[in-house]
Amino acid sequence: MKTRLSLSQKSALLSLALFGVILLVWQLTTLPEAKVVADGIDPEYAALMGGGASTAASSFPTPAAMGQTVWEKLSDPFYDNGPNDKGIGIQLAYSLARVLGGFFLAAAVAIPLGFAIGNSRVVYAALNPYVQVLKPISPLAWMPLALYTIKDASASSIFVIFICSLWPMLINTALGVANVRRDWLDVSRTLEVKPLRLAFRVILPAAAPTILTGMRISMGIAWLVIVAAEMLVGGTGIGYFVWNEWNNLSLTNVLFAILMIGVVGMALDSIFGLLGKRVAYQE
Amino acid sequence: MSSPSLPFLQVENLARAYPSPTGGDDVTVFDHVNFRIHKGEFICVTGHSGCGKSTILNILAGLDSASAGNVFMDGREVSGPSLDRGVIFQSHALMPWLTVLENVTFAVKSRWPSWSKQKIRDHAMRYIELVGLKGAEHKKPSQLSGGMKQRVGIARAFSIEPKMLLMDEPFGALDALTRGVIQDELLKICAETQQTVFMITHDVDEAILLSDKIMLMSNGPHARIAEIVNNTLPRPRDRSVVHKHAHYYPIRNHLVDFLVSRSKQFGSLRDAPGAPSSPTVFDPSDLVESEPAVVPAPPVGKPHIHLVNA
Repeated sequence: MKTRLSLSQKSALLSLALFGVILLVWQLTTLPEAKVVADGIDPEYAALMGGGASTAASSFPTPAAMGQTVWEKLSDPFYDNGPNDKGIGIQLAYSLARVLGGFFLAAAVAIPLGFAIGNSRVVYAALNPYVQVLKPISPLAWMPLALYTIKDASASSIFVIFICSLWPMLINTALGVANVRRDWLDVSRTLEVKPLRLAFRVILPAAAPTILTGMRISMGIAWLVIVAAEMLVGGTGIGYFVWNEWNNLSLTNVLFAILMIGVVGMALDSIFGLLGKRVAYQE
Repeated sequence: MSSPSLPFLQVENLARAYPSPTGGDDVTVFDHVNFRIHKGEFICVTGHSGCGKSTILNILAGLDSASAGNVFMDGREVSGPSLDRGVIFQSHALMPWLTVLENVTFAVKSRWPSWSKQKIRDHAMRYIELVGLKGAEHKKPSQLSGGMKQRVGIARAFSIEPKMLLMDEPFGALDALTRGVIQDELLKICAETQQTVFMITHDVDEAILLSDKIMLMSNGPHARIAEIVNNTLPRPRDRSVVHKHAHYYPIRNHLVDFLVSRSKQFGSLRDAPGAPSSPTVFDPSDLVESEPAVVPAPPVGKPHIHLVNA
């Protein structure tokens, strides 16, 4: 009997097939090359370098080696053997703490300010030039200024996250608040709803989908920026981990870190996707 | 309606002008609008689009302001929105993130902030039942049909027990069958609550079924209330027999004639010397006094003209 596959089953199969193809290509491109180079190596150099010689010329890991690293790292994510050797869980936790810190500080500023901008044409016109000038500045350009004024590397990276998360949330909040349907405001006016109740019971739920979209964009940018910021300030975090492993010439660890950055980024995005669904409404 | 007491609502010399889009003189939509509404009266306003009916309603609601003139309700000047005047919007204006019950309780809580949760809920449920939506109270507006949404709007407006109800073409977006059902319900609720109503409608038959008086507005710009028709049809009214009354067709013909021809002519006559300064009052009882009270009903089953026009 022939059974028809559902759409999600079909796409899952295709995804798996694609994964297989990627692994195969990866395997084919890494294996033979390593062998050829190892053969042509100077014996003296090989003796000098010990076991490293054969892989040094092409240290790009094979899928099997990669798999082993992923397994090792994930099975012990929270070890701490000093400043340059911490588990991936600890590094990610540092990065997440900075991202969330900067993000929520930005939300605390952007959402009330966005309400004010969205509610008043005067405030909008007054603040618009500042927003337009500050918005396109790369968040990392603030780093020297932050390091000089705050004098603390970790706080500076939080500040950088703050500044890059601010704009999408600010603009979307203002947009959402300004576009609340006139009818709902008119109903509230005829019901003599007090300003605070109006803000929380009418404007906030009406603008919530737009605000959440802004938060989602902000979070995406923050997660992009934290890697670069931590490469600059060093010490801890997933960005520092990438840079440190590059200095160690451990491409396996770099690849592993890249994978983790992707997975965590996806998780953060889908959390905001779910939150967005919860506040969505159908007219 | 001839009580000697002060009118409940008094509108004096109301006018509204907008800046001209081309930069010339202001465009006056309507001016010299005067009328009174007594407590418990059901007033319908009709006229062509652009004569400023909705603007007048918004001014009564306090959502818009007049360029000149005053509105007094219950002896006090109307200067902003108030819980004393409930509004039913054509677009129903329900909040889509709230359920039916929450939409109504939102209004009830605005009216009586000190009430307990239970009392607010019970009060809201009473009005939801009144419009026949019991069982749908936990649905979101997006799950309701157009007619049901408008019923929620009616329940919400009645639930705050306003001194006056303002309706801007509340049934304009509904199909004819649904409209008929809701009109009947409105008729019933208004009879029970003795509600004072100001309603805009384009539907002549709706105006005749519901109103005590029908105000006819001439075409804008410089629109005015040209005529006031006393609806002498006896209450309680029933849509299945109301057209058999002797006054029905005189009123209906008068209204249709106005909308088709007199509403346009009014503009040129208005400024002529000797033109009446206040609206003409049409009372069908003056016309058909000598005739029998009830004209013979047309044979059952024969199509009636008004059905085609409705």
